[in-house]
Amino acid sequence: MIFKGRAWVLLRQGRLIDDIDTDMIFHNKYLAITEIAEMGQYTFDNLEGYKDFAKKAQPGDIVITGQNFGSGSSRQHAVDCFVALKTSCLAAQSFGAIYKRNAINSGFPILTITDIDLNAVKTGDRVEMDSDAGTIKKDGKLIGKLEPLSTVQKDILKAGNVFEYAKTL
Amino acid sequence: MSKTLVEKILAAHANEDVTAGKIVWIGIDVRSARDFGGANVVKTFRKFYPGGRVEDPKKTFFTFDCNAPANTIPYANNQQICRNFAIEQQVKVYDVDAGIGSHVMIEEGIGYPGSTVVGTDSHLNIMGAVGAFGQGMGDQDIAFVFKTGKTWFEIPGSIVVNIRGDLPKTCSAKDLTLFITGKLGTKTALGKAIEFRGPAIDKLDLAGRITLASMATEMGAIIGLIVPSKEVLKHFGQKKAITPDKDAVYEKTIDLDISNLKPQIAKPPKPDAVVDVESLNGRPIHSVFIGSCTNGTYEDLVSVAKIMKGRHVKPGIVATLVPATMKVWKRLLKEGHISTLIESGFIVSNPGCGGCASGQIGMTGEGQVHISTSNRNFAGKQGAGDTYLASPETAAASAILGRIATLQEVE
Ligand code: SF4
Repeated sequence: MIFKGRAWVLLRQGRLIDDIDTDMIFHNKYLAITEIAEMGQYTFDNLEGYKDFAKKAQPGDIVITGQNFGSGSSRQHAVDCFVALKTSCLAAQSFGAIYKRNAINSGFPILTITDIDLNAVKTGDRVEMDSDAGTIKKDGKLIGKLEPLSTVQKDILKAGNVFEYAKTL
Repeated sequence: MSKTLVEKILAAHANEDVTAGKIVWIGIDVRSARDFGGANVVKTFRKFYPGGRVEDPKKTFFTFDCNAPANTIPYANNQQICRNFAIEQQVKVYDVDAGIGSHVMIEEGIGYPGSTVVGTDSHLNIMGAVGAFGQGMGDQDIAFVFKTGKTWFEIPGSIVVNIRGDLPKTCSAKDLTLFITGKLGTKTALGKAIEFRGPAIDKLDLAGRITLASMATEMGAIIGLIVPSKEVLKHFGQKKAITPDKDAVYEKTIDLDISNLKPQIAKPPKPDAVVDVESLNGRPIHSVFIGSCTNGTYEDLVSVAKIMKGRHVKPGIVATLVPATMKVWKRLLKEGHISTLIESGFIVSNPGCGGCASGQIGMTGEGQVHISTSNRNFAGKQGAGDTYLASPETAAASAILGRIATLQEVE
């Protein structure tokens, strides 16, 4: 699968931010919200340096971030807020275990970065992520690598979500 | 490629190669939901698969143990939602009389060595006690498994916890378990499968294995696996145990020596705040609970009955005891242990999670010091008081003396 879009490179002191937890992604004060469409506006509004993310995000954007993204609570909102913003995919160096389950089950593409040249990409650049080839490119030039998607993730992405996938069996 | 124990069990249930870190589809032998979460599983199932059938009714179960029998209307409603669904789908219900779901599964041989078991119980990894893979999950995940008979897992990396030395006579499996929990903390094994090894582990009976495996959750592990002994295999009518390959790759091996172990106790509010019972000796207590999926087996409770014979709970101390299952209850009754316990001042309740979950058989009040044989002492879990975690023997001795004490003090 190929994901193309405008990059958000979440940096702090020149490094990808690690340990962004579910309260930074979607704060618990908004947990009463059940409509996915209403969730987008609160995305990252508790993440230092990126509180205006939701206002500036555009459909098709790609978020690039560090290790242990989505650690913390099991709230599905922290995945659904990106669905609401029509974010193309999330690429992190690693994900929290429950976050990974929630994202995969809801058919939201998450990619694992194994290597990236942070000098070659900045927020606003157009990037291309190819999950089959395992490449991250800018202007056709290789700037990073991805872990290939698992068969599980491919099956669920193709069907839409884990429940739709069950119907195909 | 050589495989760890968890990789071997899961590989036998997958159609593709299984190695740590990979996400793969896994066939599930036992799919269950308890009264906690069960109604949500039913609702999710009905929402996404209107008119749908569970994939295999014979492999699907409900176990009511959290609030048994229901003492709140919401729990009663939820249990009834599950019962109605079970009738419609021809699924077996272990109802409010049966006891703790995971223990019933082991007792009845529903979950067996080498099998895969999922359910809405966060302590289902207790199945590691019999060399099976068990995992607690959310209601959406379980609804999917009900429908398809499979789910996906990221295969966990494995660590070995190697126990050196023999367990001293003054210590039980719970002391060993608390000791390991204290040493590992909640980070060392986070997200990993543990393989417990060593002569002291080999010698543990099924009850002791259940105690150890039940606290893998508190160690932060995905599961704590023990290779089944002959006794365990016999219980399930199996001949040969699944063992890890000799040259399998482990992320870490942790050696712990227990030759000089003393009875252990976990201080509130953390299961890994473990110290020698001796160090708290004499601290006055107000109540004692013996039971739970960690220490509610026949062996645990007989040990308590033997201590209590001819002795009495100190006046003013509230002492409660809850057998894990109805089978355990009946056996204790038949052998006269129930009357010993009642005569000694214990309140004995019907089987289940009472004493650990949802306030069945009482809660603690502010300032109340409580000794429990269960697995969690988080603030608020058993009420407003302070819960210490200990072995059934330490709990019984403390009930007799009205203060934190080891068994040696009453003997
Ligand atoms: S006894 Fe407690 S920890 Fe064990 S299954 Fe029941 S509620 Fe969970």
